[in-house]
Amino acid sequence: MLPIDMSDFGKWIGYLTFFTVGVSFGAVLEMAGFGDSRKLAAQFYFKDMTVFKTMFTSIIVACLLIFLFSALGLLDFSQIYVNPTYLWPGVVGGLIMGVGFIIGGYCPGTSIVSAASLKIDGMVFLIGTLIGAGLFGETVKYYSDFWNSSFTDRWLLSDWLNWSIGATVVAITVMALILFYFAEKTEALFQDKGTVEKAIWNKNKKTYLASAVVIFLISLFIWSFGQPDPKRKWNIMGAQYQPQLDSREVFIHPLEYVKTWNDANVKLVTLDMRSEDEFKQFHLDSAKRFSLEDVVKKEFVFDLLQLPPQGVVVIVSNTEEEAVRAWQWLKVQGVANLYILENGLNNWNQLFSDKVLHLEKIDLTRPSAKVLELFPKDFYKAKIKLKTTKKGAGLCS
Amino acid sequence: MENKNTAASYMNPYLAGTLLGTVLFTAFALTHSGLGASGAISRIQVFLTKIISSSHVDQVGYFATMGGGDRNALDHSSVLMFVGTFVGGVLSAKFHNRFRAEVCKGPNLSNIRRFLFALLGGIFMGYGARLARGCTSGQALSGGAVLSVGSWAFMLSVFLGGYLVAYFVRRLWN
Repeated sequence: MLPIDMSDFGKWIGYLTFFTVGVSFGAVLEMAGFGDSRKLAAQFYFKDMTVFKTMFTSIIVACLLIFLFSALGLLDFSQIYVNPTYLWPGVVGGLIMGVGFIIGGYCPGTSIVSAASLKIDGMVFLIGTLIGAGLFGETVKYYSDFWNSSFTDRWLLSDWLNWSIGATVVAITVMALILFYFAEKTEALFQDKGTVEKAIWNKNKKTYLASAVVIFLISLFIWSFGQPDPKRKWNIMGAQYQPQLDSREVFIHPLEYVKTWNDANVKLVTLDMRSEDEFKQFHLDSAKRFSLEDVVKKEFVFDLLQLPPQGVVVIVSNTEEEAVRAWQWLKVQGVANLYILENGLNNWNQLFSDKVLHLEKIDLTRPSAKVLELFPKDFYKAKIKLKTTKKGAGLCS
Repeated sequence: MENKNTAASYMNPYLAGTLLGTVLFTAFALTHSGLGASGAISRIQVFLTKIISSSHVDQVGYFATMGGGDRNALDHSSVLMFVGTFVGGVLSAKFHNRFRAEVCKGPNLSNIRRFLFALLGGIFMGYGARLARGCTSGQALSGGAVLSVGSWAFMLSVFLGGYLVAYFVRRLWN
């Protein structure tokens, strides 16, 4: 099951993987001609659309491979890092970079390759990026609110359009193919007279058309096959998570729940799947009712994926079988720090029934941290392990 | 390559794109995340700043998370990818007879001016890439392939920024 994390085999094996991927990355950039600023800048005068063509082809190819593998159950997309959206900082940063691109002739990645092939302007540009990064670090404190604004985690185009992933993949594939056609035509129009490359389109017409059909068919296949729903995903990849259920390391004791609830560093989400009547009668403070059908809904999971790294999700049910099912289906959708309240609320009242707090009644919907002092220290085994960072935080940090 | 001294021609853009997309997919499959360049640049900058003044790195929060205290800013996977990208560039340039010192510039520009604009462009790029939390590789390519809304908005902004200014700086390149 992909993705595998090579750093699980040791830090230096992970580093070696990043190095090797980097070598391939650098070599391809150089072969595409991205070590030469003239070729890159020509994009903005419509003379040479290589930047656009190569970039979009790579995006489409990687996108099709990822969602094809995911559709076939060979890759768990929930474990793939998706750049979080900080919309406006991204847009403003992008505009600034566009200006830098046309003035300087490179972007960071291409300037590395340019400097590597001894282009002196590339080396100067690279020094500039170091200064720019430094200037950012010095000045971000003046507008850190803006820099952290308009944030949505793991927000896909398909969520935004409210389409399926498959339909979105088809749409951007078709869009790319149409834009490639216009790129060819535009290039022919703006190209300097007598350029050799003029003949490329005619020479490759058949190959291009055939490739376009293949790419389009692959995207259609991805759409029609569909991305696996949580049930199918659990059947395919549940085995890797099953030990966590068998060892009961994800079942937390009510007192650990109380402790977590009172921990200011933790953002706790309590999901109660008991019946509506039971919920009305008694429920934990801030618990949210849900049913098993909600778990397969995109919006429901989307909200849970917005939680910060120190977010904890606890499932409450009086039937363990039901809780386990919900745990399984949420787990394969990438919900992190996911736990089940052991025995649900069955013993909740009993646990506190003979306990008395000095001058204070125990509020059973939200017991305070003082309650913990009424129990011996080793009354339960703590199981919640918080990760401080999300897995695979990307290479931009 | 009949002549040993002639640089080979560049690869067909779609073929290069297909290779690049495959590399990108492989990166996702083996590391969870895609490609990147600007993160390493930021880390090298922090590393260099630390040599000059380590107390300054500790004071500026943005630098401290990368290289504060006894943290080594270079001890990060992105730096390994940076080094790899450089080595890949050297290998390919050598193999294709493009490994030679030269200045890439428009026909009507002096070397000094080219260097000034390259430096200025680099500063813009370095600044913007930190503001946008990634560059063309880490945001546009990697985030684009996994359909991140922010990455697509970012990508459009880069092209928009370039096209808006291109006319006014046309003498740099034409």
